[in-house]
Amino acid sequence: MAQIDLKDLRHSYKPDPASDADYALKRMDVSWRDGGAYALLGPSGCGKSTLLNIISGLVAPSEGRILFDGADVTDLAPNDRHIAQVFQFPVIYDTMTVYDNLAFPLRNRGVARGKVDQRVREIAEMLELTDKLRSRAAGLGPDDKQKISMGRGLVRDDVNVIMFDEPLTVIDPHLKWKLRSKLKELHQRVKVTMIYVTHDQTEALTFADEVIVMQEGQVVQIGTPVELFERPAHTFVGHFIGSPGMNVLPCELADGAARYRGAIIPLAEAPTRAAGAARTEMGVRPEFVRFAGAADPGAVSVDVVRVADAGRHRIVETRAGEDRIFLLSPEGAEIPEGAAHVAFARERTRLYADGWLASDPAGA
Amino acid sequence: MTMLFESVVKRVGADMHIHETDLELADDGFNVLLGATGAGKTTLIKLMAGLESVTSGRILLHGRDVTKLSPQRRNVSLVHQFFVNYPHMSVFENIASPLRVARVGAAEIKRRVAEAAELMRLGPYLERKPAELSGGQQQRTALARAIVKDSALVLLDEPLANLDYKLREELRDELPRLFADRGAIVVYATSEPSEALLLGGRTATLREGRVTQLGLTSEVYRQPRDLATAQVFSDPPMNVAEIEKAGAQIRLGDGARWRAEGAIAAAPDGRYTMGVRPNFVTPTEDARDLVRIEGRVLVTELSGSESVAHFELPGAVWVSQCHGVHPYEIGESRPFYLDPARCLYFDGAGARVAH
Repeated sequence: MAQIDLKDLRHSYKPDPASDADYALKRMDVSWRDGGAYALLGPSGCGKSTLLNIISGLVAPSEGRILFDGADVTDLAPNDRHIAQVFQFPVIYDTMTVYDNLAFPLRNRGVARGKVDQRVREIAEMLELTDKLRSRAAGLGPDDKQKISMGRGLVRDDVNVIMFDEPLTVIDPHLKWKLRSKLKELHQRVKVTMIYVTHDQTEALTFADEVIVMQEGQVVQIGTPVELFERPAHTFVGHFIGSPGMNVLPCELADGAARYRGAIIPLAEAPTRAAGAARTEMGVRPEFVRFAGAADPGAVSVDVVRVADAGRHRIVETRAGEDRIFLLSPEGAEIPEGAAHVAFARERTRLYADGWLASDPAGA
Repeated sequence: MTMLFESVVKRVGADMHIHETDLELADDGFNVLLGATGAGKTTLIKLMAGLESVTSGRILLHGRDVTKLSPQRRNVSLVHQFFVNYPHMSVFENIASPLRVARVGAAEIKRRVAEAAELMRLGPYLERKPAELSGGQQQRTALARAIVKDSALVLLDEPLANLDYKLREELRDELPRLFADRGAIVVYATSEPSEALLLGGRTATLREGRVTQLGLTSEVYRQPRDLATAQVFSDPPMNVAEIEKAGAQIRLGDGARWRAEGAIAAAPDGRYTMGVRPNFVTPTEDARDLVRIEGRVLVTELSGSESVAHFELPGAVWVSQCHGVHPYEIGESRPFYLDPARCLYFDGAGARVAH
């Protein structure tokens, strides 16, 4: 287990990168503490797989160093880095028993028989595979197969980090719940550093202590799930996280408040980084928009155009001119038809200047 | 226009793939097939398309028996999970291909491709090859090809499963609008309950080759006919437990008890299975008349917008889901509050106890 430091890392697949645009991975400086649970989150092509391959040693970075517990591993081959990887499609030997599959990484490294047996049984117990140890892997369901894949990552006690590359993408929702909570439980027990790569916000937010959000090769924000939800550093994070994402509305700044379509929207945090911005926007999540009276302070007039049933709440889509404003309405609450007014929770409305959050938390 | 399944059975050797099924699918709104992998969604779609033949029973499209018709003669469009485009053809030619096969005139092809491309927001990419497009654009190309044909039957087999989360959200939002008023019967297979809900229309829940219920999506979700339907249509999984009903009282394990209301009150005394969705089991007593239960917290998931706790009851692991950020300690025993008005009850055969 190890602390991982990425120092001034940068990568380009081109031989002579000239501009920033030539870099698949823009300069980054990141520290992951020993035993933490991290997620790399971003859309396809954001650079998360490049980063994963650099850490595992499949790709040598153009610039920068990778340190495991302070030791430079940048030039080490993948095998010498002591990393376990779990992929989207379970990598297991169908003809072997579950036991032999789990034992494989240990036997491969010449671990003594007694020790192999002890570790395999321990891991099988945690994964609830004990009663299947003698079964052939071929006959198992997709969730058990992915459990074996995870188990093969967990069975070695000499790994610096376990990396998961979209491990639940091909798993059905019900099994996803089970495997996700299993993985979380395992992390609580074994405390090995884990890095989880995904485009799925739910998986990232529910698994990780800290999420690294990437876009176009750049780290846009590093934060706890709650921080990413409550204070997105960039409108991209606001949009990408949350379902639907944050409402981002063009506005003007007027005496520390936002002016949007004639309404004055008070802000709990005074924007300190908005001076000279070419573009100012306010961001507020659908969770913090509510229907209001026409005379309420900060009320904006909208048209309700659509209501979608999400089960435990409904997603209401409204239009204010060209802008779409979403809000969540609890199951059973009344939703007006046609013309209505909405208001934004003051404590939850943020100002963005040229895409970036323009304020700090009160008292910071 | 409707599609009818009359006593359709699909058996392969000794394996029952689809048990005897009667279905009626309409052209107003999506017909969602919801079920886990292997429940029979793709088999049903192949039967509809004519890619597989029924073992017994009949399929009627618009009153016409199409059971024995080949796929080519059924006027269907099919979009798979893995976007299939012709790699050597431009986006324009990809979309135009079914029209070329049908020998539509050049001017008409141009007009219809332009229309479909506009709907799928592919206008600027018509001259590109599929490989030069993002995953979302490739899948939109496949969808445009399905639209351009003006098929009577459009079959979408998990069309968004391989796309990024955000893109999926966007297309899921657009799809029902794109197909509205086209007069086609649209069938959409998914393994995700949340997707079924948001698509609206009607939903057929499937488990192990059986359609357990078909109805308006929100009705199937809120009024499941049986335990299988309730479980298939729940994400996170529905919390279930055995309860004892005696007189006017419901008893869960040794601890919690509450008053039997509604249909269960009139049901005979005895053991039943109860089901309750995780959002009706909360860590705070934020409404009146909630029932307190004790559980030990195993795992928590805090996403910012909501807090999920997996907790252990005697004999079961349940999930609680609430809005906002709720602090939990792993391993702590603490109260949760369940809403008895939201509990569903099922008899020994799994049928819901309802009026």
